[in-house]
Amino acid sequence: MANAAEIATAAARADVRNRWWLAAPALAIVLLAAIGPLVVVVLYSFMVKGDYGDVKYWQFSLDGWFSVIFERDVFDDTLKLADAHLTILWRSVKLSVITTLVTLLLGFPVAYFIATCDRRWRDFWLFMITLPFWTNLLIRTFAIQEVFRNEGVLNSALLWLGAIKRPLQIMFTDLGILLGMAYVYLPLMVLPLYASLERFDFRFAEAAADLYASNFKVLRRIIIPMVRPGIIAGSILVFIPSLGAYVTPRLLGGGRSLMLGNLIELQFGQGRNWPLGSALSITLTGGVMLALLVYVRAASKSGSGHHG
Amino acid sequence: MARRYSVRRQRGFTSIALLCFALLYLPIATMVVFAFNAGTTVGALEGVSLRWFATAWNNDRVIEATIRSLTVAPIAALVATVAATMAALATTRTASYRGLAFKVAFINQPLMVPEIVTAVALLVVFSRIKVWTGYTGIGYLIAAHIAFCIPFAFLPIRARLETMDLSLERAAADLYATPWMVFRRVTFPLLWPAILAGFMLAFVVSLDDVVITEFIKSAGQETLPTYMLGQLRRTVTPEMNAISTMFLALSIAVVTLFFFLSRKKD
Repeated sequence: MANAAEIATAAARADVRNRWWLAAPALAIVLLAAIGPLVVVVLYSFMVKGDYGDVKYWQFSLDGWFSVIFERDVFDDTLKLADAHLTILWRSVKLSVITTLVTLLLGFPVAYFIATCDRRWRDFWLFMITLPFWTNLLIRTFAIQEVFRNEGVLNSALLWLGAIKRPLQIMFTDLGILLGMAYVYLPLMVLPLYASLERFDFRFAEAAADLYASNFKVLRRIIIPMVRPGIIAGSILVFIPSLGAYVTPRLLGGGRSLMLGNLIELQFGQGRNWPLGSALSITLTGGVMLALLVYVRAASKSGSGHHG
Repeated sequence: MARRYSVRRQRGFTSIALLCFALLYLPIATMVVFAFNAGTTVGALEGVSLRWFATAWNNDRVIEATIRSLTVAPIAALVATVAATMAALATTRTASYRGLAFKVAFINQPLMVPEIVTAVALLVVFSRIKVWTGYTGIGYLIAAHIAFCIPFAFLPIRARLETMDLSLERAAADLYATPWMVFRRVTFPLLWPAILAGFMLAFVVSLDDVVITEFIKSAGQETLPTYMLGQLRRTVTPEMNAISTMFLALSIAVVTLFFFLSRKKD
């Protein structure tokens, strides 16, 4: 008996040892090259800005956070709202929400189509949506940029057809960023929607149809409520990268239409205001964490809804 | 033949879906077509030629950036996969304990923070370290890439370990196999498709990264994506299309391999 107990304790001790030693390299790397630097950014957001970028160490101030929302007038030193920052913050939120809605409206039929199509074709269509998901975002943004340019494919085609007289200005506008983000993030919406729809039991739909529900009513009253977790997951997967988007607004918005990610870059580049850039970074991270929190709560709610 | 009524049919969904697939692939197809343009613009097709592929091939900066990308990605993916495999074992082959969920969330952290934030955070820290140590080599790039690759390798490997039948590992342990032997002879052979999948995901993610690399690279340390980002500010020639097309072909090859590898085993 004592022997068995000893073996059990030894095994338990080995287990505790293993769970730390084996995880140590991954934990250390993430700590040193991801979480640690993030903590530094939090600290930087509370320091005094240096004259040529960087910060003055251990001189604390709230100026960084202050200038996220307010700015001092150059001449009479009065306070006013920093319109430029607020415009960009608002644009980031607005474009991310609309991108999420657009991808949801387009992505749902796509996911539904893949989930209900002939089995032999399902892998093919699934592959067709996975491929853009894993190909370079920069290349896909470049591809859509070539379509939107004034002398690009879309405008050339419309001019040739005589539908327009002058090229449509899509590049360097909010609409351009919106369409570009919808284009690059659509696969992120489709995949979780598909995962939910694939598991949907169509006997529920048949039961409703037997009770004279139209197909549209079946969709609205049965299918959409039951695949809600997929809708929430897809929306969050699109909303989060949209909010922090950097490459797409940089290429499609140029210097005219900035989003939060570009504003952050500006503070670490020409702006030379690292505390402000740090405060904006923490604001962005906070927004993402908030979205994730909403997701976790919504997901757990719809999960419990199924059981009870 | 009239279409049979089905409760699965939703009016317009098939058309919208096919339209979306067309819209997804048309820009990419256009980009590829113009890579073969004999003319010098990306607007008008003036015949077919391979001249822009030749231009890219003879562009030293492109070759140098490509070599750098293909150096960083395999190293980062390999180290990340090894660390992720160990961490996946540590978080599945153990009795449940307090802090386990925290540990998993900790390793997945790079997925939850926006890339631009990680990029400036690393810029802040690395620029300090560069001043202190004087070292400005490629090590920073590799370290950063390893960190954000870890969750991509970790997720598929851990998912596979969680769903694997434990009885074989238990049987081996009962027959006096050491933990290392159990791993090498039982767990690893069953796990390797997931490890390979994790490695390929990490590889693609590292190869594609532009934001973090753009912020932390020292002078002259362009990778292919940051080189392309820099060029896209200017007027582009079909050379960019040629580079993109070759990059795309490489990505498609890796993703296709991944797709069929992960499909077969499940």
